[in-house]
This record gives sequence, structure tokens and C-alpha cells, in this order.
Amino acid sequence: MSTSTKAVRSPRSRGGRAAHPFLRYALRRVLTSLLLVVGVTLVTFVLTNLVPGDPVAAALGQRAAEDPAIVSQFRATYGLDQPLVVQYFTYLGNLLQGDLGVSTTTHNPVVDDLAKALPATLEIALGAIVLSVVIGVVLGTIAAYRRGKASDHVLRVVSLAGLSVPTFWLALVLYYVFYFQLHIAPGSGRLSSDFTTPPTVTGLYTVDALLAGQLDTFLDAASHLFLPVLVLTLYTVGLLTRFVRTAVLEILDQDYVRAARAKGLPTRTVVFSYVLRGASIPILTVVGLAFGSLLSGTVLVEAIFAWPGIGSYAYQAASHLDLPGIMGVGLLIGVMYLLVNLIVDLLYGVLDPRVRLAS
Amino acid sequence: MTDALTISGLRIRTRTHAIVDGIDLALTRGGIHGLAGESGSGKTMTALAVLGLLPGSMTASGSIRLASDSPADGPGIELVGASRQVLGAVRGRRVAMVFQDPSTSLHPQLTVGRQLTDHLRHHLGLSKAAARSKAEALLERVRVPDARAALSRYPHQFSGGQRQRIAIAVALACDPTVLLADEPTTALDVTVQAGVLQLLRELVDDGGLSILLVTHDLGVMSAVADEVTVMRQGLVVESAPREQLFTAPQNAYTRSLLAALPGSSFEESPEELVEELVEGADDVEGGAR
Repeated sequence: MSTSTKAVRSPRSRGGRAAHPFLRYALRRVLTSLLLVVGVTLVTFVLTNLVPGDPVAAALGQRAAEDPAIVSQFRATYGLDQPLVVQYFTYLGNLLQGDLGVSTTTHNPVVDDLAKALPATLEIALGAIVLSVVIGVVLGTIAAYRRGKASDHVLRVVSLAGLSVPTFWLALVLYYVFYFQLHIAPGSGRLSSDFTTPPTVTGLYTVDALLAGQLDTFLDAASHLFLPVLVLTLYTVGLLTRFVRTAVLEILDQDYVRAARAKGLPTRTVVFSYVLRGASIPILTVVGLAFGSLLSGTVLVEAIFAWPGIGSYAYQAASHLDLPGIMGVGLLIGVMYLLVNLIVDLLYGVLDPRVRLAS
Repeated sequence: MTDALTISGLRIRTRTHAIVDGIDLALTRGGIHGLAGESGSGKTMTALAVLGLLPGSMTASGSIRLASDSPADGPGIELVGASRQVLGAVRGRRVAMVFQDPSTSLHPQLTVGRQLTDHLRHHLGLSKAAARSKAEALLERVRVPDARAALSRYPHQFSGGQRQRIAIAVALACDPTVLLADEPTTALDVTVQAGVLQLLRELVDDGGLSILLVTHDLGVMSAVADEVTVMRQGLVVESAPREQLFTAPQNAYTRSLLAALPGSSFEESPEELVEELVEGADDVEGGAR
């Protein structure tokens, strides 16, 4: 019986086994994301070329830039003498082969540079998002349950403070206090100088160190993570706490929560199985947004903590007008946004049967 | 006949005013007691007070006494001001509740099976398999078709009437002695309403269950209630067996409600009723407040 209703609901599947509604939902989301990636390439390409500033002047010395022969040779080498449209399609063609060009600052293929920088950024970004989700959900739920009481007001002040303090300022202050004054936190970078990089598996030093069984390397890497992750976390925790409070308050008003309490379920079950499950979809949406703002936050934080990630690379590429580098970073960050959105969309389907089972 | 639930002198107050202002009500064991009144009359809050589920801004005083299952178990349980433990053992286990709109009272993201079994397992300590087979039997009892398959489906995959049957099955899971039904048919189509009311009647006639049926719909009352209490502005206006209330209402407000029913045979003109009603309202205002 169930197969027949499914077949009725999915007119597009011809004969044979009807595709599961969720698979079709997922497929549609993936295809949309791929289209958007093309859009991102176009936007990064156009924006980069609109930047006032001559890559020739930035890359060549002043003497060389005055020599027309060198300049025209430089323009020919990097394809800058071609029309923009041709440049874009050349760029797309190379992109499909995994070629993002050669950075004019590091003289390495941009792909290699990004591959090296990405794990460093992922390590602080993932650390920060996991920490902020855990803390934000706990604090937001407490604030909602204690609405109007003293703890709610305290949490409001704390989360607003977290939201309002500028990230770069906080990074500088924490670095000064914990490193220069208290000597609790280690200095900049991902590892202290007397440690060697653990064998690369994931590129995340903490994970790789654990996989290699190097506990002291893990502890050192974790201690280096502490301050950058803390700085990034404070902002998103503030955001999430405020938002989770609102979402949970809305769910607490739902009949199904009253019904769950009327069933005599313990508070723990009501909170986790009913309230937070109900609030999970709006929370998930804002976690996706928070991850986006966190990625942009990494640029300043990485610069301050000399963290060799995407943010530092972007800063360096931008200050040298390194067009392939800038486009590479722009594309990578755009793709990461899209990926996060795709994951969020797919999780909607996992969390909500109405999305998953609708045809 | 003893009473399954006895409410006496119940007051429900917010900080500034009274929602329910001292009402008495006895729910006869094995009966359906209708609690009627317009919105804002305090009938829903009375039902919520039984389970200690009033909104945080309201406090209850007076007495709500739940009779014990047999006289050997002592005099019963006082629910007003009861501890969290006492209420936790009563809610869902001995007093259960069905809400107005089954499309909001069932969790949209949890399967029917999960919502039928989680309190079964909590209250009765059943294993997963035992709870599931009991849940299946419950769905059959409330006549949800294809009960086994229904367990792994979600609320949105059922019609409104089926959903309310599921909500009733959830309420009945732990064999409660008292069922509080808050407007259980108001959100349903008229044709579906009759089926749900008939189900409630059957459940009571099977024995062991008493229902406090909260509704503004006197048509529903006349169909299933054994006794009817009419509330207005937090006070009981009239309380009587069904036959008596529908044939010889004592109070002007009750008469005005009955006159509003389609096909009513009351002779008084609307003007006379309003006049009487205004005088009656003066009495109410001058009363317990």
C-alpha cells in the first residue's frame, strides 16, 4: 500500500522503484548549489576585476612597471591582455581542471596554498562553532525557561556584550592579557617551535596528533587553539544565546509541549525530545548564518594570532593585489558558505519529516 | 456512586484579577461531566489547574481532590499545591488530557509510535517491544486503521479526525481514571465530531474512565454529557444533570445559551433574555469578588 501511494505522489519517477522523496529533495538541493557555485565564480571574478588598482603595478617593481616591454610581457603571461569575457572562460576552464592559477605573491599554485591554509581555518572555525552551539543552546534554553528572572537578565547582558565587542579588539586584549601578562596562553601560530607537525591525515593538528598518539603535541596544538577559538566563540555564543532563547520561548508556548508535560514526562525528556527538537529548525538556520559570520571573523583573528589559515592568506593576497589569490580565496569562502547552506538544507530534511516526506 | 474528581472552592488568580473565582464541581465516576461557558469563562484554566499546568503567571488555591482507585488506597490525592513528584506521578498516569487542536498537540517531528510509548515506558516501565504492542492495541481501540503501520508514521500524514483519535490514544495509554478533554471536537469537521464524541462515550461506558469535557458547544454537551456545569466569568452559573439543564434551565444565562442553539424551543424573546441577563450579571459582580 505504501509503495502505491508513493508512486502516486511522485509522478516524475517512471515505473520501477519510486525514488525516495528525501533523495529527490537532496538531489535538487545539490544541483541548486552547483548552479550557485557557477554564480559565485562569476561574482568573484567580476568583483576582483572591478577593484581599482593595477595588478601590474602591484606585482612588478616601480622600475619594471615603467618599462612597456616588461609590462606587456607580464600582461601576456598572465592573460591580462585578453578581453574580460575570454579571461572568465579561461578561468572557468582552468577551474574545472582544479587550476586556480599561480599566486603572484607566493609563486605557488593557489590550489596548493589554499589546501595548506584550509585545515588551519577549519580547525578554529569548527572548534568555535561546536563550542558556540553547545554553550549557546544551553544558555539560551536556560534564559527561556527563566524568562524575566535574574538569570535571564544576566544572560541577556552577557550575550549582548559578546555580540557588541569588536572581534579584533577582543583578540588583541586577550592576547595581551593571557600571553604577555599572565603567560598562560602560548604565543602565536598553530604549534610551539619545539614541536614538529604531526603526520598529516586530516590537516587538523589536534586530530592528527591524537591519531598519531602524540599526546603532548595534541595538548600544545589545543592550547594554541584556545585563544583564537575563544575570540571567535564569544560573538557567535552571544548571537546563538539570544536566538535560541527566542526560538525556545516560542516552542514552550506550543500545545505539544503542554501535552508532553500533561503526559507526566520528566522535564529532561520534555526539554530534549520535545522543546529542543521543535526549536531545532530555526536554531539550525541561525547556526548556518553564524558559521558564515564566523568565517569572515577569521580574517582578523588569524591576522592577530598569526594563524596560517584562509584569513591570513586572504589578507596577504589582498594587500599585494594578488588577483589569482584573491579570486581563489573568494571562491573558496563562497563555496564554503554554499556547502554550509547545503548541509543546513539537508539537515532540515533529517530533522523535519514534513520536509523529508513531502513530494 | 463516588466522585472521581472533586473540585471545591477553586480560585485561579493572576497578579491583578481572578480567572476562576471559587467554583465547586464533582466529576462522577464513570460519567461525562460537561463544563460549558464562553471563552474567558475560566473553563480551560480549571482543567489545566487539575494537572498543575497553569501558566506561570497564575496561581491556584482551594482544593482539587483526585479519588484513589480503591478505598484501601486512602483518601485520595490533593492536587492544588502538590509537589512536582506527586504531579509527575498523576499526569498522564491517572489524569490525562486531550487538547483542542490535534495538529498542534502532537509533535510534528516525532512518530506516532514514539508519542504513544514514551510515557508508557516512563510510567509503567515497559520494554520497547511491550510498549509498542500496547500502542498498537491502543490505536486499534480508538479505531485508527492499519495500526501497526500508523506507529511509524508522523502526525501530518493523518487526517484531523484520525489525529484526534491518536491524541486520545496517547491520553489513554496508561489507563488513567480521569480524562480532561479540552474542546476535543472544536477543531474538527462536523461529520468527524460525531465519531470522536461517540468514541469518548464508548470509552466511558467500557468502565474505569470519567471525562471532564470542556466545551463552549452545547450541542456537543447535549449529545454526550451526563451532567453539565455552566461557567461564566469565573463562576459556576448552573450545574445540573443533562436532562434537567436542557429542559428546565434555572439560570437566565443558561437559557440564553440554549436559546442560541439552532432549533431551540425557548419561548422568551431575545430582549427578555438580555434584560434578565443584565440583572443576573449584577449579582455576579456583587458576588465573591
